[in-house]
Amino acid sequence: MTAVAYRAVAVGYRVGSAEILADVSLDVGYGRILGLVGPNGAGKSTLLGVLAGDVAPTAGSVSLDDRAVSDWSVRELAHRRSVLLQSNAVAFSFTGRQVVEMGRAPWLGTPSADEDENAIAAALAETDATAFADRPFPTLSGGERARISLARVLAQDTPVLLLDEPTASLDIGHQEDVLRVARRLAERGRAVVAVLHDLSLAAAYADELAMLHHGRLVAHGTPAEVLTAERVEEVYRTPVRILADPDTGRPVVLPRRTLA
Amino acid sequence: MRTRRTIVFVALAAVLLGGILASLALGQLPVSPQQLIGAILQGLGIDNTWAPADPTLTDALWRVRFSRLTMSILVGALLSVAGAIMQAIFGNPLAEPGVVGVSSGAAVGAAAAIAFGAGALGGWSIAVAAFAGALLAILIVYLTARSKGRTEVVTLLLTGIAVNAFAGAGLALVLFMSNTASREQIIFWQLGSLNGSRWIDVLIVVAVGLPCLVIGLLLARRYDLLALGERTASHLGVRVERLRIVSILLVALMTGVAVAFVGIIAFVGLVVPHLVRMMLGPGHRTLIVGSLLGGAALMVWADLVARTAVPMSDLPIGMLTSLIGGPFFFWLIRRNRAKAGGWA
Repeated sequence: MTAVAYRAVAVGYRVGSAEILADVSLDVGYGRILGLVGPNGAGKSTLLGVLAGDVAPTAGSVSLDDRAVSDWSVRELAHRRSVLLQSNAVAFSFTGRQVVEMGRAPWLGTPSADEDENAIAAALAETDATAFADRPFPTLSGGERARISLARVLAQDTPVLLLDEPTASLDIGHQEDVLRVARRLAERGRAVVAVLHDLSLAAAYADELAMLHHGRLVAHGTPAEVLTAERVEEVYRTPVRILADPDTGRPVVLPRRTLA
Repeated sequence: MRTRRTIVFVALAAVLLGGILASLALGQLPVSPQQLIGAILQGLGIDNTWAPADPTLTDALWRVRFSRLTMSILVGALLSVAGAIMQAIFGNPLAEPGVVGVSSGAAVGAAAAIAFGAGALGGWSIAVAAFAGALLAILIVYLTARSKGRTEVVTLLLTGIAVNAFAGAGLALVLFMSNTASREQIIFWQLGSLNGSRWIDVLIVVAVGLPCLVIGLLLARRYDLLALGERTASHLGVRVERLRIVSILLVALMTGVAVAFVGIIAFVGLVVPHLVRMMLGPGHRTLIVGSLLGGAALMVWADLVARTAVPMSDLPIGMLTSLIGGPFFFWLIRRNRAKAGGWA
């Protein structure tokens, strides 16, 4: 059994009468990629916010390294986990490189600060963003911004990474790149939690999937266990067929379509 | 980048120094450079032969020209840095104490202190009242104009209009209720002028302003992170809530103390940080240092124009800066509107 990074027990979150999350229990282990999947509005981002420490759950508990997330200071958390949000706007015309440099901010004044240059260069290389790193962030395309933002998260160099739709607005080449990077991080012992919309992509790279629906955890296990045709059809309300990838055997989710 | 920064800083410092020398030499009292140096040394307690033979001349230089010059340097630096900090916490390059009504808020406080002679705090009373007004105004703007850690330009400007209008009404009320003498005093003070700056005033501005400038500089790196949005800044270890509260206090203090003694001088905090950003990029360490130097330089030169452009009279400097700042502001709005989404 691998070491546990996050442990969520019976987590619930409600705003007024709206129940956003209810009774979510799961562990996030080091050295693994956990894919959070589910339809729009299922509570994936909120769960990620709870793990990140942004959202205080109204029920249940969340701990990181056996210590309640709420007991961590902001600075301690910044050394332990990095977060990629869905929207990554930057006020003022900072260059991509400056944005990535900001990922090193938590390490200012620590011995790790000596690694700054290397970490920044490596992060830019891993996200294939070196070519446009010196352009102002607001002038970059959506996909380029996403890659710079991911590079910022990688530069933070934390044992835990929380990624909210890291592949959004990326072409398939860069989508695969991002998950290969996540794969390498997991192999180096990092814990990666990624919200993903592309079920086949999630199935191909994640060690385990957690499927949320209406704020509840409806399934948690290996991709093959979670992605059954019945479950996907029920949760996403569209007919699908599940195939096995000829090379890897991982499930591939294919919507059933009819020619009009 | 580093060499470029050095060049710009040196250039700004040179413009400031030139302004200081010109301001020292020019004015209603004709003084030679030699006499000037003599007078400065004399005032510092060093006897010398260069000092003007007439001791009243030395005295006048110290009492009038030198104190006014020091005040202009301080006020320029404070207003520019206040603008830069405000833009950082609003995530919006159009935030400026004058534009959004913080200066007007300070003005109401200061005017009330002048009119009703709140003498309990002595020389500090105007400054304290101005600070209270500024704080109230910036809190209103901050609480109403922001959503999700950002400020829509339209919301910001509309809030500014509302706060300015409200402060205008407050000022009118104070004028209405005060006697003729203080009424006149308030009107001229409100136009903004460095005329009549006394050393005691300068001392208060130094005591309040200098710590604010230092704290602003220390927070610069955190302002950079704030540009990524509040949540991301906090993921990177910034205690956002505390940073915002400290920054709001800083802006209110800097604006309040500047307005208290020289009246409303608008647009300095808008124009200077913008130009510095254009030259050196948005990084807040360079931005704050550059704004400090640039603001001081701008104010020194502007005040020199204000007191020498028309012989034997003193133009209100607030009028001068608005004359230049107004069109500049207009141009900024046009330019940013042209490239949609350029606000973020």
